[in-house]
Amino acid sequence: MRLLLALIGLLALQSAAAGQIIEPAGSRNDKFRERLDIGISTNEIAISSDFAGAGITVFGAIDDVDELLLQIGAYDVVVALEGPMRTTTVRRKERVAGIWVNRHSISFEPIPASYSMSSTRPLENIASPMDLSSRDIGINNIRLAPSGGLGDGSLLGDFRDALRRIKRSSGLYQRVPDGVEFISKSLFRASVFLPANIPVGLHKVRAVLYKNGEYVMETSLPLRVVKTGLEQFTYNFAHQYSFAYGIVSVLLALVTGWLASVVFRKD
Amino acid sequence: MTIYLPIAELSVNILVILGMGGAVGFLSGMFGVGGGFLITPLLIFYNIPPAVAVATGANQVVASSISGALTHFRRGTLDLKLGTMLLIGGLLGASAGIQIFVYLRKLGQLDLIISLLYVVFLGSIGGLMLWESVRSMRRTAANKQVSLRKPGQHNWVHRLPLKMRFKRSKLYLSVIPVIVLGFCIGVLTSVMGVGGGFIMVPAMIYLLRIPTNVVIGTSLFQIIFVTAFTTIVQATTNYSVDIVLGGLLMIAGVIGAQYGLRVGQKMRGEQLRAGLALLVLAVGIRLAYGLIAPPAEIYSVITGSFGY
Repeated sequence: MRLLLALIGLLALQSAAAGQIIEPAGSRNDKFRERLDIGISTNEIAISSDFAGAGITVFGAIDDVDELLLQIGAYDVVVALEGPMRTTTVRRKERVAGIWVNRHSISFEPIPASYSMSSTRPLENIASPMDLSSRDIGINNIRLAPSGGLGDGSLLGDFRDALRRIKRSSGLYQRVPDGVEFISKSLFRASVFLPANIPVGLHKVRAVLYKNGEYVMETSLPLRVVKTGLEQFTYNFAHQYSFAYGIVSVLLALVTGWLASVVFRKD
Repeated sequence: MTIYLPIAELSVNILVILGMGGAVGFLSGMFGVGGGFLITPLLIFYNIPPAVAVATGANQVVASSISGALTHFRRGTLDLKLGTMLLIGGLLGASAGIQIFVYLRKLGQLDLIISLLYVVFLGSIGGLMLWESVRSMRRTAANKQVSLRKPGQHNWVHRLPLKMRFKRSKLYLSVIPVIVLGFCIGVLTSVMGVGGGFIMVPAMIYLLRIPTNVVIGTSLFQIIFVTAFTTIVQATTNYSVDIVLGGLLMIAGVIGAQYGLRVGQKMRGEQLRAGLALLVLAVGIRLAYGLIAPPAEIYSVITGSFGY
């Protein structure tokens, strides 16, 4: 644990943004005495508008680790960066009278807008599918509960698959099956990726510890993602003072058009 | 060289946007049109969300119409009373159009309806213009007289009640068709992001028999106020006006328009109209293809604002 804190201190110094470390919270399985702790150097990430995606590193440590079991790889860690919860609608086009039209749609209860996962091994080797799905661990286990009236239940499976497929192809959902590595006895490093189109808002870094396929405990830290720069200012202006923004847009158009007619006047 | 559009929430090539604005500006100067009906489909082809393309298109029309409107106002070549009646209809229509816009967006059919409207309007207007210009080209080749307007001839429009005297146009005309025309154009402005001159001008000449010398000035008067109103309402209800995108289009557009104007003055009317007709048809066909061709992904995901 001391080593972990030292590392975090080092990271904070390097980034020159000394964010405070928030005490993690989580549930645990009392059968085991191991403890899982994670740390990130900052609780806020400011990204500029030309952000093209980046990796962040999460450090963690397992206390009271059984070294023999660690050496044979009995411990597994899953680290996921879960984006803000958003209600999401999936629509499907169908051919109607020769043209492609949105026909069916299903809305889902809030799901993480982004999900970036990294683990010591592929998930199917870590724990049973039932255990993973009950804890919403992994892209295929994120709970996708339809909200409101569901016209034709037989479509649900296809729509869930499509949602996961589109989220993955747009880079919002991704996984690295070997992104967590132990760098010393009990100390590990996890790389999770922030995609270029990462949604702003409150994200959650969630880490789960398994021992021989059994759940030990999990812990999480909040991570706020904010965008900076002129573009973000414009976005906020447009949403918070939309009337003034509309007026400014019109004035800009009037001035541009008028200036051109003055500059290019022939006489 | 890319630039991030804060409202459309995507990165675009700044040169492509400037080129688009400049080219449409050039054409609008050459043919004397606002250009909204070309800008909006081009933006959609370039993957700008249609909701943003429409709202920003309306904003761009303000810039491309103001200099013409000022010129006509200075010269007095507009009928203020007629323009005001058109404007009343236009503002009502734009308000109704925004409601339609919001409703269609909720249904998930906005993109489809925008494309369909463009296909129908561009197809029919382009077709009519092409037919008309080819006919008049033939006529000039045969050395016959060309007359666009036959004065003194009345149609059903002139038998409607609630008549009003429009001194500047020397007309005694019912306000019903004027307000209805303004209303329809207003709806098109907010749903399609166009000024609507390409429909309003022929309707004023052929249907209402308004003298050609005040038609352009009067329609520009209506267009300026309705597009400005639509921009503000789009900004407040749908947050879909992208000022960065709009600004780039405007700057390139007004410069392009000045050069287009000079080229246009050297060309003959029928040739200009035939050229514009072919262009309008080509854009319409491209949009129709987009509706018919099987999409790569039949599913779409909408999270929050405009989806991706």
